[in-house]
Amino acid sequence: MPIAKVNGVDVEFENGMTVLQVAELAGEEIPRFCYHERLSIAGNCRMCLVEVKPGPPKPQASCALPAAEGQEIITNSPMVKKAREGVMEFLLINHPLDCPICDQGGECDLQDQSIGYGRDATRYDENKRAVEEKYMGPLIKTVMTRCIQCTRCVRFITEVAGVSEIGLISRGEDVEITTYLDSAVMSELSANVIDLCPVGALTSKPYAFNARPWELTKTESVDVMDALGSAIRIDARGPAVLRVLPRTNDAVNEEWISDKTRYACDGLSRQRLDRPMIRVKGKLQPASWSEAFALVAARIMAAKLERIGAIAGDLQDAESMKATLDLFRSLGVANLDCRQDGVKLGAGPRESWLFNSTLAGIDEADALMIIGANPRLEAPVLNARIRRRWLSGKLLVGVIGERADLGYDYNYLGAGPDAIGQFVKQGAISKQKPAFLIGQGALGRDDGAAVLKLIGEAAKALGVVREGWNGWNVLHTAAARVGGLDMGFIPGQDGLCARDMTAKGALDVLFLLGVDELDLGKTDAFVVYLGTHGDAGAHRADVILPGADYTEKPGLYVNTEGRVQRGERAVFPKGEAKEDWTILRALSEHLGAKLPYDTLDQLRGKLFADHPTFGQIDFAPGSIPAALDLAKLGAKGKVGDAPFASPIKAFHLTNPIARASVTMAECAALTAGLKHAAE
Amino acid sequence: MSVRRLAKDQPASFAFSAEALEQAQWWMAKFPQGRAQSAVIPLLWLVQKQEGWVPEPALRVVAEMLGMPVIRALEIATFYTMFQLSPVGTVAHVQLCGTTPCMLRGANALKTVLEARVGHRDHPSPDGRLSWEEVECLGACANAPMAAINDYYYEDLTPESLGGLLDDFAAGNAPPPGSSIGRTGCAPEGGPLSLTDLALYDCSRAKAIKLPNAPEKVLAS
Repeated sequence: MPIAKVNGVDVEFENGMTVLQVAELAGEEIPRFCYHERLSIAGNCRMCLVEVKPGPPKPQASCALPAAEGQEIITNSPMVKKAREGVMEFLLINHPLDCPICDQGGECDLQDQSIGYGRDATRYDENKRAVEEKYMGPLIKTVMTRCIQCTRCVRFITEVAGVSEIGLISRGEDVEITTYLDSAVMSELSANVIDLCPVGALTSKPYAFNARPWELTKTESVDVMDALGSAIRIDARGPAVLRVLPRTNDAVNEEWISDKTRYACDGLSRQRLDRPMIRVKGKLQPASWSEAFALVAARIMAAKLERIGAIAGDLQDAESMKATLDLFRSLGVANLDCRQDGVKLGAGPRESWLFNSTLAGIDEADALMIIGANPRLEAPVLNARIRRRWLSGKLLVGVIGERADLGYDYNYLGAGPDAIGQFVKQGAISKQKPAFLIGQGALGRDDGAAVLKLIGEAAKALGVVREGWNGWNVLHTAAARVGGLDMGFIPGQDGLCARDMTAKGALDVLFLLGVDELDLGKTDAFVVYLGTHGDAGAHRADVILPGADYTEKPGLYVNTEGRVQRGERAVFPKGEAKEDWTILRALSEHLGAKLPYDTLDQLRGKLFADHPTFGQIDFAPGSIPAALDLAKLGAKGKVGDAPFASPIKAFHLTNPIARASVTMAECAALTAGLKHAAE
Repeated sequence: MSVRRLAKDQPASFAFSAEALEQAQWWMAKFPQGRAQSAVIPLLWLVQKQEGWVPEPALRVVAEMLGMPVIRALEIATFYTMFQLSPVGTVAHVQLCGTTPCMLRGANALKTVLEARVGHRDHPSPDGRLSWEEVECLGACANAPMAAINDYYYEDLTPESLGGLLDDFAAGNAPPPGSSIGRTGCAPEGGPLSLTDLALYDCSRAKAIKLPNAPEKVLAS
């Protein structure tokens, strides 16, 4: 490997690295605004100037200069110091001094770097320029006078989000960042430009003037809005979650999160269930915990075992599902299900419901068949990864299902299951690492098991699973789903599935653990709802047990890869609400079937003992050679010819938290309006 | 240069004429498959030739023809000042150079003429036939002051000659471009002042010179 000298110290680096990266290898901090590791290099802010020998006797922009063998890089000379001061002074010529009223204050690159590298005063006393505000939708607030034209937002929207809606117009002193004719940015990843903006030009609209960064308690946790389990940081002040920001996790979300992950947090304080309730004469009345427990216990004990059922929802942590499972199994109940959408998974080996190539494996795949999924809506961050691989020119994409705008070109192979059939007879594909991406839209149908079998046969024929590569990727939409399937939260012997449990006259007592996506209109059972929001489940419930949402409890979540991740508590549950597992533990005592754990650690101990996979925190099993027989998946049956449809109709309204969010409602209305206008 | 914005009043739609469309396709065919967007500047220029300016619907039409995001077309249209983003005079659009050489040679007096005759810069005259703007150096400093009217340079202007040109354009004529005082290119005013001795050109003053280091043979010949 070539060697360069950074401030007199030899540093070994890889070919292709830039001077800036080499200087960072040596531990030198290089100030920058436009350069970002995950975006293309622009080289227009000039803040990263360093002295390089050999070369012209002037400072060089290190972000855009390839490092070379024997180069001497100097980052601490008087020339570099003066150059940085000069650039900083130029950048501040037109930047307003409005830090006290700027939302970026306290977490502003320009602020920090002007302290670290700037002069103490400006020599400029001409007029500053002002730029008109721009409209960029309900999420991004603009104060364009603050913009320093680094073009990170333009590059992100074009390269990562793939929608090309933000641009830099005019030139010279008059350049402005804008969308076309002030239209809203229509991307599921749009709000990441707020994090990327190094100044306060693009800030968060819902969070505007809410708090200063130093007032916030920051908790590192895991997202539940989709099945990726993106790494997030929850910023709370007192009892309120004020914002959610991404954390870097290269294996999952890199450093992006979807707009829903970021902005559904205002739904955490709306429509909340904060005290137990009992339905009296058709109306829900507040009750005490003991009254509620007594009623639920009486109803459960009065019912026959085969007339009791429990369903787990989409946002649940593994602990609450485990407690529910243990409680009802110990009673002898077989009507258990964690699959509200009726997906026909859970029978085979664990690999059959995982994203086996792992999310990072998409960066290696060279062919991808998307079946019955719309990754742009179901997992926007994953879609950005697919897009990046496609941009590299090494990924061939095929789609069976909805013909949606995914942000990359694909071969459209058909709308329904009949399009899969042609691959069953085909021989192995000539690609090295082919992958299937199987959506819940393909498996949640009545003929889901037969479709699964068909897909399995096609995957086997094409050689999707082979030595050293497992391309059988199931993309879930619910954060809780893989955890539920991993612990076997599926119907036991002669047990009913979720849809059958909600049929008329099927059950006497139905226990819902955060279930809000099921049609509960037909069931005439006594419905107990343990959950957080006044949504579909609470609307139908006879007893409401208020629980904790994902920011209010420590919990384990298993993402679609099978990666177990730990969420942490950022705030306490609202009102009289409790952490879900403690409610179940208390209920178990009323039922005379006391659960064998008194602390969360004991519960986790039991969970790890019963299901060892949960003990492997932050581990995606995709790297294990697969023991997956694709031919044995699913069940024989007649495959219908209905086209596949993504389970997500409105991206911004997929769960009770998002439905309670004002911001999400605004986004959904905007999206629906645009859709309407297009039709 | 001022902040460039799309005009407020925009036509509802835009379509290339058959002739312009043919030219547009000729430009697009010059670039390899998938690189058609390289033709965006010629296409926008064709729009401007056809309409006199670049209306907003045309940006969308051009972007769609070239398979590029419309924001990219907007970036280009706003970057190059040669693209007029609002309507200009239908018979003449005067681009008056106001940079130092022209200014020293009397561009300010020309501005007064234009202000009186056409109106405020960047706004067409009330009848919509004439308009003018001040531009940076157009590279004809030897013939200062000058202006580009429509597609041609009109040089060595005086307030009178510019007024005459405007009258001519307003009458629907197309006066011949070039120097208004009859100079050929940038030859000196009133004919040449140096190198006027005809003997310079008849070889009479030629004499043998000794080339340093030249072989004897060459010298002899």
